[in-house]
Amino acid sequence: MSANTVTAGDPVQFYDLDEHAHPEGHSTMLGFWIYLMSDCLIFAILFACFAVLGGNYAAGPAPKDLFDLPLVALNTAMLLFSSITYGFAVLQMQQGKVKGVQLWLAITGLFGLAFLGIELYEFHHLIEIGATPQRSAFLSSFFTLVGTHGLHVTFGIVWLLVLMVQLGKHGLIAANKRRVMCLSMFWHFLDVVWIGVFTIVYLMGVLR
Amino acid sequence: MTPTPLPATDPIFGKLSLAALPLHEPILIVTFLGVAVGGLVVLGLITRYRLWGYLWKEWFTTVDHKRIGIMYMILGLIMFLRGFADAIMMRLQQAMAFGGSEGYLPAHHYDQVFTAHGVIMIFFVAMPFITGLMNYIVPLQIGARDVSFPFLNNFSFWMTAAGAALTMISLFVGEYAQTGWLAYPPLSGIAYSPNVGVDYYIWGLQIAGVGTTLSGINLIVTILKLRAPGMGLMKMPVFTWTSLCSNILIVASFPILTATLALLSLDRYAGTNFFTNDLGGSPMMYVNLIWIWGHPEVYILILPLFGVFSEVTSTFSGKKLFGYTSMVYATVCITILSYLVWLHHFFTMGSGASVNSFFGITTMVISIPTGAKLFNWLFTMYRGRIRFELPMMWTIAFMLTFVVGGMTGVLLAVPPADFVLHNSLFLIAHFHNVIIGGVLFGLFAAINYWWPKAFGFKLDVFWGKISFWCWVVGFWLAFMPLYILGLMGVTRRMRVFDDPSLQIWFVIAAIGAGVIACGIAAMLIQFGVSIWKRKELADESGDPWHGRTLEWATSSPPPDYNFAFTPVIHNLDAWYDMKTRGHERPVDGFRDIHMPSNTGTGIILAGFCLAMGFALVWHIWWLVIASFAATIAYAIFHTFNYKRDFDIPAATVAAVEAARTRQLAAGA
Amino acid sequence: MSADPHAAGHDEIELPHASMRDYVIGFVLSVILTAVPFWLVMERPLPAGATAAIIMAFAAVQIVVHMIFFLHMSPKAEGGWSITSLTFTIIVVVIMLAGSLWVMHHLNTNMMPPHDVSQLP
Repeated sequence: MSANTVTAGDPVQFYDLDEHAHPEGHSTMLGFWIYLMSDCLIFAILFACFAVLGGNYAAGPAPKDLFDLPLVALNTAMLLFSSITYGFAVLQMQQGKVKGVQLWLAITGLFGLAFLGIELYEFHHLIEIGATPQRSAFLSSFFTLVGTHGLHVTFGIVWLLVLMVQLGKHGLIAANKRRVMCLSMFWHFLDVVWIGVFTIVYLMGVLR
Repeated sequence: MTPTPLPATDPIFGKLSLAALPLHEPILIVTFLGVAVGGLVVLGLITRYRLWGYLWKEWFTTVDHKRIGIMYMILGLIMFLRGFADAIMMRLQQAMAFGGSEGYLPAHHYDQVFTAHGVIMIFFVAMPFITGLMNYIVPLQIGARDVSFPFLNNFSFWMTAAGAALTMISLFVGEYAQTGWLAYPPLSGIAYSPNVGVDYYIWGLQIAGVGTTLSGINLIVTILKLRAPGMGLMKMPVFTWTSLCSNILIVASFPILTATLALLSLDRYAGTNFFTNDLGGSPMMYVNLIWIWGHPEVYILILPLFGVFSEVTSTFSGKKLFGYTSMVYATVCITILSYLVWLHHFFTMGSGASVNSFFGITTMVISIPTGAKLFNWLFTMYRGRIRFELPMMWTIAFMLTFVVGGMTGVLLAVPPADFVLHNSLFLIAHFHNVIIGGVLFGLFAAINYWWPKAFGFKLDVFWGKISFWCWVVGFWLAFMPLYILGLMGVTRRMRVFDDPSLQIWFVIAAIGAGVIACGIAAMLIQFGVSIWKRKELADESGDPWHGRTLEWATSSPPPDYNFAFTPVIHNLDAWYDMKTRGHERPVDGFRDIHMPSNTGTGIILAGFCLAMGFALVWHIWWLVIASFAATIAYAIFHTFNYKRDFDIPAATVAAVEAARTRQLAAGA
Repeated sequence: MSADPHAAGHDEIELPHASMRDYVIGFVLSVILTAVPFWLVMERPLPAGATAAIIMAFAAVQIVVHMIFFLHMSPKAEGGWSITSLTFTIIVVVIMLAGSLWVMHHLNTNMMPPHDVSQLP
C-alpha cells in the first residue's frame, strides 16, 4: 500500500515504512537535459557575438565572398541524416537488439565524420585564402561559433565510440540504455543548434 | 594593427622560468615563508598521526553531501583569510598614501591586490560557502539521502578547489591579473596585459566555473526529483526554495561567464578580434556580456542567505514564517527580474537615455520583492517569542545593515545619480554593504545555526558575541567613510591621493578593518574554544533550537544515510508538524539502504585540470595536451565502472538507530 | 509538478518511447524546412527582407519539429520539468539576444567614432 493513502481513523503516517527506493538512474535524463540547457546558453552567447560583431568585416571578406552554399547544404544533409540514423539506433534499442544499435551508431558516426570532414575542408580553404579567424571580428565570431559546434560533434563521436564498446561489453543494461538516450538528446540538440547556424550564419550572412 | 605573435617559448617550460619567482618582493617572500612553514607543519602533523589514509577514504573521495558541504566551508574559510589579507593591505595603503608618500605597495602589486581581493571573495569565498550550505542542508530538508549525482558533487568540489589552488599559485609563481575582478578588455587583452596574470585569472575561473555549473545542475535535479513523499513544491522549506532559485540562476548564468572568458582567452591566445580595439572588435561587448552574468551572480550569492534568514527568523521567534506563499513568489520574481537589470553596471558607458531609463526602472522594481521579504520577516517576529541566540543576532544585524545597502543601491539605480557615483567609493561602499550585511552576516547566522547539526555541539556563545560586535562595529567604521568619500568624488582603486582632507576618512576605514580583523580572530577562537569544550556544548537531541524543518529530525551529526525511513510529509514545517502531531520514531523493521560508493575520480580529474590550467597559463603546450588527454582518458575510464554503489546492511542501520534511541532516551 | 516520486514504483525508469513514424515524419519535415530556405537564398525569387523573415520562421518551425519528433519533447516529459526548463532557457536566451542587440546598437551609435575622420572633434 502506498504510503500516501490514508483512510479516516488511521493514525497519521510520518515515515515511509514500505519504501520503494528511487529506481537507479531516475534523475539522469532530467539532469542531462538541464546540462543541455546550460550548453544552449553557451551557444546563445556565441550567437549574440555573431549577431553583434558579425557585420564587422574590417574591410576584409564578407559572407558573400566566402560561403559556398551548396557545400553547406551538403553538410547540413550529413547532419540531418545522422539524426535519423541515431533514431534508428534508438528503435533497435527498443527492440533489444545490441548489434542493431551498434550498427546504426556506427553509421551515425560516419555521417558525423563526414560533417566534420566537410567543415574542416571549408575552414582550411578559408584560411588558405586569408580569411583567418584573426582577420576581423566577423571571422572570429564565425570560426568560434561554427568551430564550437564542430567541437561538440567531435565529443559526440568520441562518446559514440565509447558507447559502442560499452554496449559490446555489457549489452543493453539499464545504465547503457540511459546513456544511449542521453547521447540521443545530445546529438539531436547539436542538430538543433546547426539549424540556427546555417540559418543565421550562412543564409542570413549571404543575404545581408 | 597586426596581431601580436606569441613570444618564442621554450618547448619544455613554455614561458616559465626562474624569473617567475617574485624574489624581489619582500612581502611575497615573507608570505611564502609563512605559507611554506605552516603548510609543512600541517602536512607533517597529518603524516605523523597517519591520517592520510583516513583523509583519502573518508573525506577526499567521499560522495556524502554532508562531508562535501563541510569541505566547501573549509575551502571558503581558508580563502576568506587570503581575501581579507588583501583587504587589510588595501586599507593600509590607502590610509598611508598622502602628502607625497607612495605608501608601501607599488602600483603593479596594488593592482593585483584589489583584483585578487574581488575574485577571491566572490568566487572562492562566497560561492563555496553558499554551495557548502546548500549541499549540506538541502538533502536533509527534503528528506533525501544524498543529492541526485553524488560523484558529480565530489568532482564539483575538487574543481572549485583546483580553481582556488591555481589562483593561490599565482601569488608565488608569476603574478596575478592587474585588471580588477572582471578583467575588462582592452586592458585584459594580450596587447596591454602580455604577462601571465590575466591567464591565471581566466583559467582559475574556468576550472571553478565547471564545478559550479555542475553543482547547480545537481542541486536543481535533487530538489525536483528527490523530495520526500508528500512534499509538494509549496511544502518545501524556504531555504530549499531559495536554493532552487539560486541554482537555477547558476545554471542559467555561469555558461555566459564560461563563454565570455573563452572568447577573451581566444583573443589572448589565438589573436582573434572579439574584444580588441581594432579589426572590428568591441570591448563594450565584453562589458555587456560579463554583466549579463554578473548581475544574476549577485542574486546567486544572496538568495540562499535570504532562505537562511527565513529559517532563523521563524525558528527563533517560535512562529511559522509569515507569508510563505509571498516569500516563494518574491524569490521567483527576483530570479526572473535579475536578468533584466544588468545594464545598471555600466550606465556611464554611453547607451543613452532610452536604454538607461529602461534598466534604471527595472533595477528599482527588483528591490520590491526584496522589500516584501523583509516585511515578512518583521511580521514573523511580531508577537513571536524571540530568542536572541547568535543566529538571530546576526539576522537582526543583517536587517539593519542590508537595508541601508539596498537603499544606496536604489539611489545608484537612478542613472543621473549613477553618472556622478559610478566607480566611486560610494559604489564600493554600497556593494560591500549588501554583500557583508547580506551574504556574510547570513553565513555567520547559518554557521552558528547549523554547526550543532553538522558536528554535534554548539558554538561558544561568548566568543561568538565578541565576534558579532566586532564585525558590526567594524563594518560600519570601515564602510561609512567610504560612502562619504564617494559622495566627495573619490574614485575606486586609487593607490595614492593628493587631497589631505581625505585622509581622516581612510584612517577611520582602516581602523574599521582592524576591528573586523578582531571579529575574524574572535570567530576563529570561537571555533577553537567550541571544539575544545565540545563535550560541554554537546547537543544530544539533534534539535537544539526547536527547529521546524526536517534536518532537525536527525541526530547531530546525522548518520551517513540521513534517514532510516524516508519521512512522509503532510504540511509545511514538516518537523514541527511531526513533533506537534505526535510522530513515533520507528525502532525496528529496518531495511538495507542503498548508498553511492566513494570514488577517487573527482580529485584525480580535478588534478589533471589543475595541471592543464597551469600549463595553459605558462604556454607549456606539451603539458596542455598531455593533461587534457589524461583528463579525457580518465573520464572515459571512469564510465567503464558500472559498480558505483553498495548497500548498508539492515543490521548496521538497526545498530545506529538503536544508539540514537538510547541517546534520545538519555536526554529525555 | 509535485508528482509523488514513488508513484512509478517500477525498478526501471521510463524512457521516452520513440517510433519509426515519429522519426520519418520529423525527417521529411526537416528536409523540406531546410531545402526551401536554401533554395530561397540561392535562387532569390523574393526580396531580401521577405527571404530573411521566411528563413527565420522556417528555422523556428524546424527547431520545434526536432523537439517534438526527435527529442520526444512533451509537457509530460519528466513531470513537466523538461518543457519548463526549456521555456525558461528560451526566455533567458531571448532576453540576452534582444537585450545585447539593443544595448550594443545604442552603444555603437553613441560611442563609436565616425568613419569620416574629419568629423572627429
